[in-house]
Amino acid sequence: MNWSVISMLLFIVLAPFAGGLLQGVDRKITARMQGRQGPPLLQPFYDLHKLFSKQSVVVNHLQDFLVCGFLVFIVFTGALFFWGGDLLLVFFALTLAEIFFIMSSCSANSPYSSMGAQRELMQAMAYEPMVLMVAIGFYMVTGSFGVSDIIGNSTPAIVWLPGIFAGFLYILTIKFRKSPFDLSTSHHAHQEMVRGLTTEISGNILGLVELSHWYENIFLLGVVALFLLDANWWSVPVAIAVCFGAYFLEILIDNVFPRVKWQSMLKSAWLVTLVAGVTNFMVLVLVK
Amino acid sequence: MKVSNSPWLLHYDGSSCNGCDIEVLACLTPVYDVERFGVINTGNPKHADIFLITGGINTQNKAVVEQIYSQMPSPKVVVAVGICACNGGIFKECYNILGGVDTVIPVDIYVPGCAARPQAIIDGVVKAVALLDEKKKKRDQKKAQGGSGNA
Repeated sequence: MNWSVISMLLFIVLAPFAGGLLQGVDRKITARMQGRQGPPLLQPFYDLHKLFSKQSVVVNHLQDFLVCGFLVFIVFTGALFFWGGDLLLVFFALTLAEIFFIMSSCSANSPYSSMGAQRELMQAMAYEPMVLMVAIGFYMVTGSFGVSDIIGNSTPAIVWLPGIFAGFLYILTIKFRKSPFDLSTSHHAHQEMVRGLTTEISGNILGLVELSHWYENIFLLGVVALFLLDANWWSVPVAIAVCFGAYFLEILIDNVFPRVKWQSMLKSAWLVTLVAGVTNFMVLVLVK
Repeated sequence: MKVSNSPWLLHYDGSSCNGCDIEVLACLTPVYDVERFGVINTGNPKHADIFLITGGINTQNKAVVEQIYSQMPSPKVVVAVGICACNGGIFKECYNILGGVDTVIPVDIYVPGCAARPQAIIDGVVKAVALLDEKKKKRDQKKAQGGSGNA
């Protein structure tokens, strides 16, 4: 077995544990920032176990199927990424997973659920251009969309793509569903819009949604790491440190900023994409 | 791992004067911080394990309370907070009040007081949490005997 298959298997097996722990750390740090003691570190796992042992209330079978599709394609996205596959294919699979999730909310008859789905579409509209720019940026620097080719470079991609990296950190707040961009559903404010997207999802199916989010978060941190990784061994600890730094930054932003309206989210996300992303491209074309 | 490690709570204000509601929300503040027991104050009955009601039941909120209770997946526990939720309290004789919460749905834990102190509310929630495990066990036993286990 070669290295790429091992890292793919490691992702499939370990990502739920890492993602759950990360959320536990998140809740603990958030509580400390608010002057509270906070739940135990393993609280997300207790929650997941609880959800799987509750009575299962099925709103409609299509919804359950679509949520399963969300999980399968998120795992596929991450597995492809950690296997060293094509970055464009990875991001298209991510979008497909997202569509499954939005459709599952649309399939229920609740107005809150539909509202959450509409806002999630707005969020997708806000972050998708930047996600595509990340892929194109890596291609311009390394001449390949392959993840394994990108990390085989002699210099880390961030040297050429500081603007793209900053832009990606900006849309990461949307992807992590953190305030100020937790419009469709919020991990902390459970009262908002009756939890939007997941209003009609309960019990074990809600557990699957949580699990998918953990996979998704680890994959997204993997993309952050991709900016730092190169052929040298010491780029690995550096990348891990930067991932933790990025996650802490997201928690800080989450606790500092109040929620914005979707108009401000869309405008600011596209503005950042335009300024940070396109400027980076132009400089890259001139320099390289 | 037990179900009681992760009690998600739904707070509903029946016809309370808001005194008990303020004390319930005080439990979430840094001083009492119920999240250290894993308690989350959710707004969605489909995600909730504990149904916490303040205030008595009147003719208008009777249907609402029944609806919320029926939407919660089992195992679930009902906590009546404040003397009004326990038996109608000072409003007991009013023409529109039917009585305490137990006139419409089964109540598991009663937390008296006017208003109930945060310490008493937390005590009630902790008792409710222990009951969740018991109910889960009973449900599993029923399932093993071939029943639906959804009671």
